[in-house]
Amino acid sequence: MKSGLVSILCGLLFGAGLVVSDMINPARVLAFLDVAGAWDPSLALVLGGALIPSSLAYLIRRRMAAPFVATRFDVPTARTIDLRLITGAALFGVGWGVVGLCPGPAVAALTTGRWQILLFVAAMVGGMALFRVLHDRQAGG
Amino acid sequence: MSASSLEWWYPLGGGLLIGLSAGLYLLFNGRVTGISGMASVALGLARASSRLLPTLFLAGLLIGTLIATEWLRRPSIQVTSALPLLIVGGLLVGYGTRLGAGCTSGHGVCGLARLSPRSLAATGTFMVMAGITVFLMRHAFGATA
Repeated sequence: MKSGLVSILCGLLFGAGLVVSDMINPARVLAFLDVAGAWDPSLALVLGGALIPSSLAYLIRRRMAAPFVATRFDVPTARTIDLRLITGAALFGVGWGVVGLCPGPAVAALTTGRWQILLFVAAMVGGMALFRVLHDRQAGG
Repeated sequence: MSASSLEWWYPLGGGLLIGLSAGLYLLFNGRVTGISGMASVALGLARASSRLLPTLFLAGLLIGTLIATEWLRRPSIQVTSALPLLIVGGLLVGYGTRLGAGCTSGHGVCGLARLSPRSLAATGTFMVMAGITVFLMRHAFGATA
């Protein structure tokens, strides 16, 4: 119950952050990625700004046995850098550079109802489903 | 097409909101705010201990976007990609984030904050690859403006 409320509240903050920062605008993202063109550095401020509270939270977490409203921390612990990680990140990077949308802003931009966004998100879900079919099946669930 | 100039406090303020979201979600719910992971769990395309929490987070994200658009700032959302590129880009983002176990939020905001070596490697990789892609499309081939 409480954790559900926290989820909604954090989602609200995240969505507002995407709008205020203009990360929701693919043209802004592409201008940031276009280092050789008229470079727009503003998205470095988004990541830098985001890392301030989130780093603080991860520091505070070290002193906590459990989260405030959940029974345990459920944070990734893997440390091995493998080919799968790098290949996935590289493919994601190409897709991000092609359109200027990553998953968060893509979901947020659904609120515009624009066909380009709907098509992109449908293809993105298709990509996730493809991964599920190709790699994740034997794991069940 | 280029985006209009933006006062510096918008990206900084928006970044702080995103980081606050990630930080509170960690301290209260004990989880990482990775949107690609949450989306695939919410849609039943990945397993997790809870399907409800990511679903509620994404619902909140949509509502927060609407509220902020109404009250804080009205963004102009400029999509310049042609139809085939939208499909190819979407497929690559969906498949790549699952294979690489994270996107800009999971690896970028949460992973870098806890100094995860995997997230550092992933973030460096997708940033560089995105930069190369934009360079090739804009300056080498000139596909889009």
